[in-house]
Amino acid sequence: MDTEIFQADVSDETDDSESSPEKESKNAVLTKDLSVYFNNRAGIDKISLKVKKNTVTAIIGPSGCGKSTFLRSLNLMHDLVPKARVFGEIFIHNENITDFSAVDIRKKVGMVFQKPNPFPTMSIYDNVVAGLKLNAHHKRSELDEIVEKNLKYSGLWEEVKDRLKTPAVSLSGGQQQRLCIARTIAVKPEIILMDEPSSALDPMSTSKIEELIYYFKEYYTIIIVTHNMQQAARVSDQTAFFYLGKLIEYSKTRRMFTNPKEKLTEEYVTGKFG
Amino acid sequence: MTSASIIKNPSNLRSRKIINSVMLTMCILAAVITIIPLLYIFFYTTQSGISSLNVDFFTQLPKPVGEEGGGMANAIVGSAILIGIGALIGIPVGILSGIYISEYSKTFVSTIVKFITDVLSGVPSIIVGIFAYGVIVIPMQRFSALAGGFALGILMIPTITKITEEMLKLVPQSLREASLALGVSRWKTTLKIVLKTASSGIVTGVLLAIARAAGETAPLLFTSFGNSFWQTSLDEPMAALPLQIFVYAISPYDDWHRQAWAGAFVLIFLVFVVNLLVRIVTRNKFSGNL
Repeated sequence: MDTEIFQADVSDETDDSESSPEKESKNAVLTKDLSVYFNNRAGIDKISLKVKKNTVTAIIGPSGCGKSTFLRSLNLMHDLVPKARVFGEIFIHNENITDFSAVDIRKKVGMVFQKPNPFPTMSIYDNVVAGLKLNAHHKRSELDEIVEKNLKYSGLWEEVKDRLKTPAVSLSGGQQQRLCIARTIAVKPEIILMDEPSSALDPMSTSKIEELIYYFKEYYTIIIVTHNMQQAARVSDQTAFFYLGKLIEYSKTRRMFTNPKEKLTEEYVTGKFG
Repeated sequence: MTSASIIKNPSNLRSRKIINSVMLTMCILAAVITIIPLLYIFFYTTQSGISSLNVDFFTQLPKPVGEEGGGMANAIVGSAILIGIGALIGIPVGILSGIYISEYSKTFVSTIVKFITDVLSGVPSIIVGIFAYGVIVIPMQRFSALAGGFALGILMIPTITKITEEMLKLVPQSLREASLALGVSRWKTTLKIVLKTASSGIVTGVLLAIARAAGETAPLLFTSFGNSFWQTSLDEPMAALPLQIFVYAISPYDDWHRQAWAGAFVLIFLVFVVNLLVRIVTRNKFSGNL
């Protein structure tokens, strides 16, 4: 079984229809044998994956398969968990992340979480510029501009422009999540990780988030973990299927949902388990 | 055994209802027992104290034995100074160690700190007084406000540490992650996000610790010692409200007894005000931010 999996993640390179000489520089994220252990139990086991710039990659799989664990290792969130140990290599834009501090990596690799988590002590305005204000001093006029721009990008401006000074927690769940997206892009990341960004939201809010993802592709590289296979099919260019901490299959989304190579993938995608 | 059989069995239902009312009565009884001493102290002190309370009490120095009148102005100011010194020591040390235990809770040192804080909160205040005596009074070779404030500060530390730790642990992990994911450093996340979110709870703890320290007598007995005169330099013995109450209460003079009652009333009133303040602060927490 192990050998099969290794072939699966090597062979997905054949899916790169647009391979070109400068292919290397197009990699936004590259992991080599990435494993994360919690208390000596593998959360993910030797994941090797390559994500090209300005694409959307969906990660699907049943609960506990390591989707979030993988995602959170890309912006070093496991540093917070004392019992987590990370092995293997991660390259962001072809640079090994061990060469940088966690703070620098996280500025480059933003993250949107499953549950909207605006800062409860801050207004809508302050939430958008929280990352900027906490890191450096900015001029008031500069901040005003950043707030307007990023709220417009995240499609929230029209709804909140008259009440920027009200507490962020007064917004609805879907609005809060878009606020969190505005907050994430305000620090100008290059890669955005999304950990089930719409699983706590209603269908309308979900479709708004999906629209954003589609539009953001032009500016960012997005990796999204989702439980919703229709969502993966709608928003992503390529899809990775994780099962029990291993990468089972990784290929173009269209192919993944119509003609998967692995039997396990087919069973999951068609809803036979998971 | 199933719910159906319980419904069909009225005797079971009756016994459950009896047990229920017995337990409820006991709970109410316990609640009343809790309230009675508090109300008694409050009303009795008010009744005995308020009649002796006048402007002189707040503005005059104690008169020598045999002379009528006088007040506790020096003791009121002295208490404020002692609590001030205590707060200067207790608040920063308490909050910072609370942060350490909560935010770096997996280290060996923090486990030790947490344990010692728990033990310290149970140490009798007279022992803390002896400690301050040994550490400050003996080397300085005299009683001083500094030693008294130091003792009060030590007493405040465990309360503030504990409440800071608990309030910080209530801050959802997702907020820490959100801040860190924005490329904000750990110390800024702790200070500007975590501590700020928990601030109303921490303010509550600090106020309660101050109210507690304001009434402490034992640790001041051989640190601050007490004084019958105006005295504001920190390396001299200083009067304090609870000390003055103690001295006056055990004296054989009726006038002093009356003043002791007035002092007790002022002290209880202050503690009451602080608790009221705490109520207001915590109410804002629920209607406002969190």
